[in-house]
Amino acid sequence: MKIQNALIPALAAFAAPGLARAQDAARSIDQIVNENVGAVTGPFVNFIFAPLPGTSFPWIVLWLVVGATVFTIYFGFIQFRAFGHAIALVRGDYSNPKDAGEVSHFQALATALSGTVGLGNIAGVAVAVSIGGPGATFWMILAGLMGMASKFTECTLGVKYRNEYADGTVSGGPMYYLTKGFGEQGRAMLGRVLAVLFALFCILGSWGGGNMFQANQAHAQLVNITGGADSFLNGAGWITGLVLAGVVFVVIVGGIQSIAKVTEKIVPLMAVLYVGAAVIILVTNADKIGWAFGQIFAGAFTGLGIAGGMVGALIQGFKRAAFSNEAGVGSAAIAHSAVRTKEPITEGFVSLLEPFIDTVVICTMTALVIVITGVLMIDPDTGLYVWNAEAGRIATVGDVSGVALTSAAFANVASWFPYVLALAVVLFAFSTMISWSYYGLKAWTYLFGESKPAELSFKLLFCVFVVIGAAMDLGPVIDFSDAAIFAMAVVNIIGLYFLMPIVKDELDSYLSRLKSGQIRKFAV
Amino acid sequence: MPKQVFIVAYGGEDKTVVNLAATHARKEGAKLHIVHVLEWSPYSFLTPQELEERHARRKKELARAEEAVMTPVLTELRAMGVAAEGEILYGSAVDLILQVTKEQDAALIFVGRGETTLGARVFGSISIGLAQAAPVPTVIVP
Repeated sequence: MKIQNALIPALAAFAAPGLARAQDAARSIDQIVNENVGAVTGPFVNFIFAPLPGTSFPWIVLWLVVGATVFTIYFGFIQFRAFGHAIALVRGDYSNPKDAGEVSHFQALATALSGTVGLGNIAGVAVAVSIGGPGATFWMILAGLMGMASKFTECTLGVKYRNEYADGTVSGGPMYYLTKGFGEQGRAMLGRVLAVLFALFCILGSWGGGNMFQANQAHAQLVNITGGADSFLNGAGWITGLVLAGVVFVVIVGGIQSIAKVTEKIVPLMAVLYVGAAVIILVTNADKIGWAFGQIFAGAFTGLGIAGGMVGALIQGFKRAAFSNEAGVGSAAIAHSAVRTKEPITEGFVSLLEPFIDTVVICTMTALVIVITGVLMIDPDTGLYVWNAEAGRIATVGDVSGVALTSAAFANVASWFPYVLALAVVLFAFSTMISWSYYGLKAWTYLFGESKPAELSFKLLFCVFVVIGAAMDLGPVIDFSDAAIFAMAVVNIIGLYFLMPIVKDELDSYLSRLKSGQIRKFAV
Repeated sequence: MPKQVFIVAYGGEDKTVVNLAATHARKEGAKLHIVHVLEWSPYSFLTPQELEERHARRKKELARAEEAVMTPVLTELRAMGVAAEGEILYGSAVDLILQVTKEQDAALIFVGRGETTLGARVFGSISIGLAQAAPVPTVIVP
C-alpha cells in the first residue's frame, strides 16, 4: 500500500509534461470532433429529443410510454399475469433436463441484465430525483412496470425469428424479426428498410451510449475517488481509456472470455452488494420508509416544490426508466435470442422480469436511499424541497448531482461506500460495454455479412471509441449516441406494432397448452 | 432375472475405478453403467458471445467426450467381456449420479476418490458427496 502511495504521485510527476501535451492535443482534436459532429448530428439530436408542441415533454419518451401501454393492454396485463410463471421458468421448472448444457433462461436473463443494470440505476436515478423530486420515482416505477410488456413482445420475436446456422450458432434481434416477420406479412420491403435503419442506429448506439458514455462516466468516477481536481487522472482520460480499451480488446478481439467471465461474476455480486447496502440503509431507517413513500406519492402529483411540478416529475421518471431498462429499444432481444427453447414465448416471459429487477427494484432502492438520507434539502418552514434555480434541480447537501449524489447518500451511512460504488461503476460500465459491443456487432454483421474481417473491423473501431469516450468531453457525440439508442426504439416499436399479432397467437397457443396440462413442469 | 447394474462415476482419466468395477462385475455377472458428467450450472454467467456459441460448443463437448472418454472405455470393457453401457450428462456430478442410480435401480456405485485438494476437502468432492447421499453401497477407489 505504502509503495503504491509513493508510486502514483511519482509516476504522475514523471508523466506530467507528456500528459499536458497529450491533453492539449486531445483538446484540439476534441474541439474539431465536437464542431464537425455537432454540425452534422445536431438536427437529428434535436428531432429525437424535441418536446411536444407547447410542452417540455420529449415526444420520444411519450413514444416509449405509449408503446408500453399499448402492449400492456393488448396482451391483457401480461406482466402481472405471467409474473409467477416467469419465475418458474427462470428456476428451470419447465426446462427439460435432457437440454442441460444449453443456455438456460436464467443465463439469458442474467446476461441481458448485465447490459442494462449500470449507470442508469446509480447516476440516472439521482438525476431524476434531484430534478423531478421524489415524485419522479413513482412515474419511474410505473414506466418500469409498463416497459415489462415491451420487453415481453420484443424478446419473444427475437427468439422466434432468429437465424440458426449450420455450426449451431445463432444470431437474433430486431434486424431479423423485422426482415422475416414483415416478409411473412407480405411487407418485405418495409421490413428490410426498418431492419437496416435499426442496424444503423444500433451500431451508433453501441459506439455511443453503450461505449463512449460508459467509458466517460467510469473515468469521471475514478477521478472523483482519486482526489477530484487534484487527481493524477484528472484531464488524463486517455489513460483510463487505454486501459479500458486494452481490456475490452483482449475480451472481444482476443476472445479471452475469462476476463469477461470474471466481470460477469462480479457484476451480479456488485448488484447484490449495492442492493444489500441500500436494504441495510432502509432497514436502519425503517421509521422513515412510510414518510419516503408519502413523499414519492405526494411528489408524483404535486411536485412538492420542484419547478416543473407534476409534469416535471413525470418527465424525469419516464425518461430515466427508459434510459435504464431499455424496454422497447430492441437491445435485449439480441441477448435473449440465444436461449435454447422450443417455445419463443417462454423467453418473452423471462425477459419481462428485466425491467422489474432493473427499474422497479434497483432504481427504487436508489431513489429511496436518496430521499431517506436527506441529501435533498427541504425547507423546514414549508416542508417543500429547496429549488436551486441556477442548477435547475433541488438543492443538495454538498451541491452534488448524478452519481456523486448517490455516493453522498450512501456515504451518509457508510463512509467507505463511495469506493465500492466507484468499483461498481467501473465494472458496470465494462459489462455494459461488453454487452453493447455484441449488440453493435450483430447489427454490423447484419449489414456487412458474417465474415471475420467484418467482425474484426467493428471490434477494432469499438476499442478506438472506448479511448475517445474516456479521453474527450464529446457533448455532441454523446448526445448523438443517446439519440441513436432512442432512434432504435422508434424503428423497433413500429415493428412491434406490426408484429404483435404474431406474439398474441404464440401467447394464446402457449397459455391454452399450459392450462390443458400439455406443457408441464419437469419432475425433479 | 435381469442383471444387476453397477454405476461407475468416470471422470475420463482414472482407469483404476473402471478396472475394479469390471473385476466385480465379472465376478457377479453384473452390467456396468458408466456415467461421465460434464460439470455445468444453469446459473453460471455467460457473456453474450458465449450465449451465442453455447449450442455449438455443447455439441462439440459432447462429441469430444464421446470420442475421447466414453467410446474407448466401453470398447475396452466389452473386449474384456463385461457388459457395459454409458451416458454423458451435463450438470452437477453428485446429483446426476444419484439420479442415474435411481433410474437404473443400481446395486452399487464405484467412484474414484478424486481431488484431495484443500478446496475439495472443505467444500466436498464427488466421492464425499456420494458417500454422504448415496442410497446404495458405494465403493470409493483411492
